[in-house]
Amino acid sequence: MTQQLNALLMLVLAINLFALGTSRILALIRVVAVQGAVLGILPLLVHQQLTLPVIITVVLTIALKGLVIPAIMLRALRDAQIKREVEPLIGFLPSIILGALATAAALLFAGQLPLAPQHSGSLLAPTSIATVLAGFILLTTRYKALTQVVGYLVLENGIFIFGMLLIEVMPLVVEMGVLLDLFVGIFVICIITNHINRAFSSMDTRRLVTLKE
Amino acid sequence: MAFALILFPLVMAGLAAAIPSNRLRPWMLPVTATAHLAMVFLALLRPEPGDGAGWLVLDPPGRLVLLVVSVLFLFCSFYAVGYLHHRQERSNRVFCTCLMSFLGIMSLVTWSHHLGLMWVAIETSTLVTAPLIYFNRTQQSIEATWKYLLVGSVGIALALLGTLFLAYSSLHAGLEATLTYENLLQHAPQLSKPWLHGAFVLLLVGYGTKMGLAPMHTWKPDAYGEAPGVVGAIFAGGVTSCAFLALLRVYHICAAAGESAYTSRLLLVMGLFSMAVAGLFMIGQRDFKRMLAYSSVEHMGILALGLGIGGPALFGTLLHVVTNGLTKGVLFLSAGNIHRAYGSKSIDQVRGAMRRLPVSGTLFLVGFLAITGSPPFGPFISEFAILNGAMDAGRYVVAGLFLLLLLVVFIGMGATVLQAVQGRPPSEVRHTPYHDGLLTAAPIVILMLLVLLLGLYIPAPLKTLLNDAVCFLEVRP
Repeated sequence: MTQQLNALLMLVLAINLFALGTSRILALIRVVAVQGAVLGILPLLVHQQLTLPVIITVVLTIALKGLVIPAIMLRALRDAQIKREVEPLIGFLPSIILGALATAAALLFAGQLPLAPQHSGSLLAPTSIATVLAGFILLTTRYKALTQVVGYLVLENGIFIFGMLLIEVMPLVVEMGVLLDLFVGIFVICIITNHINRAFSSMDTRRLVTLKE
Repeated sequence: MAFALILFPLVMAGLAAAIPSNRLRPWMLPVTATAHLAMVFLALLRPEPGDGAGWLVLDPPGRLVLLVVSVLFLFCSFYAVGYLHHRQERSNRVFCTCLMSFLGIMSLVTWSHHLGLMWVAIETSTLVTAPLIYFNRTQQSIEATWKYLLVGSVGIALALLGTLFLAYSSLHAGLEATLTYENLLQHAPQLSKPWLHGAFVLLLVGYGTKMGLAPMHTWKPDAYGEAPGVVGAIFAGGVTSCAFLALLRVYHICAAAGESAYTSRLLLVMGLFSMAVAGLFMIGQRDFKRMLAYSSVEHMGILALGLGIGGPALFGTLLHVVTNGLTKGVLFLSAGNIHRAYGSKSIDQVRGAMRRLPVSGTLFLVGFLAITGSPPFGPFISEFAILNGAMDAGRYVVAGLFLLLLLVVFIGMGATVLQAVQGRPPSEVRHTPYHDGLLTAAPIVILMLLVLLLGLYIPAPLKTLLNDAVCFLEVRP
């Protein structure tokens, strides 16, 4: 079980690096959709018994993170008629290197973390930290509003992975609440990106500089 | 009672969305708010007998915050009717729906004793308040909403990670993993320390973003500056108080775990830093709504500072939640009136507000005196109690810095406020259509009288409530 789990987590890490390296926003959204779907499978491998709450979590996660949220973002992308992230604060290759360094640091750091004995062999903790960091890099170094939303989604994915360590704790209602909040949050943010696009004729957040001291 | 308090405003929000009349819809706000406050009084007078182990429990700090926000919301709701009357050109469907939903969600925050549920409630409150900032549909308000949503969402995401860390700290200690407040408090001394420390930092950053502690306050001046005054009042008195309640619960768990030394160091640094940043940006501030936002940053800093001092300062800190919430209502609502009359919120254009708007202008000036801690108003008593607490705890350096920063803020804020209210109004704004009306002025006057009352005399029931809350927070299981 742990081996299959770790294989999937390696895939998540690889997707992080790809997301950091691509300039095409379409590819970025698609690859993060794949990441969301992969996350949806995780509860099956982490949780040994197949209970109803686990199945609901799996189905909803795949539906929301893998299908609905990417669909909303693709729609926003089509409305905005942009294709690429141009001139990010940190270039694409340096972003990948930074992401790789963050992953290595997360692996080292997680080795120091006091984990419960049943979690010692899995990559859940380091993958979670590395994914949160990758999300942060996307959020802070990209200028297109939509790319920043994808960064936020990757950050949330990282937290979701950490939640796998605690899948027994979070009652279903709370789990659903978290997923629903994420979904509505992305939905509202996408509406705002649309308004940014209409009001400023651009999705470049560098234009949002009228409010300052 | 819990379900009634939470669901009633949500049902009313649904009704508001369905009502077609733009003129009648705002009146649902005061109706909802009055019924809500009546239910809050019922809930406070007759505490429900419960085993205190469920997900929805109203503990003493929760009661306090519920009361403050419900009272503030009542006055804001009457004001909102007057405000929306002046904005008939724009549909207020989303505005009213979101305001009422916020009241329900806020009640959920105060009742929730499951930290995961509390997180969901706070995140939802972020989402329902975002459209309120966007009410004016200008480029600036889009920018403000964008920053609020992005900074707020990332902050609150970190709070979720912190919540998970907290659950893991119980799992790692070999206990059954839990996120209910009671269980965590009960087993606090056994919780795994490294995970607890990590959880506290993440939750402080996360809920601190929602409160607007520096350096996570960057969304605040933009959002408060661009949102209508009534929204600013609800944010500065309501949203921030709820986020503070969340932080209070986390603080309580850490204190019960015997980690007060660790948490108080972080809280003190964060509190003083917030006050310093607020003071710096208030000096020479030309935009009086942004100035109020920095004042909110300052007062969140004071709350964090009071919590950091702990023990003897807790009474003052909890009282400050009340006095700050109500005084912020006075300031934002009167600032909203001035903004409306002058069509500007910069003191380059706004002069002589006391002549142009005798009621709002005077209230703005008196509100400024109150919030900066001048006697005989409520914030003076609470700030003095915090200062006393710092002295009692032997933290003389902290007390000295606290006083110094209060002075800086007084000078910075005073320069802006005095320029706005004194002098003669420019001739071109003397005949703009807005004048103080009953609905836009009376709620502020009553709020101001409440603030004055709290400075002269704290009613016995409120005192009992505050003492209960302090006792609750000091219990070490």
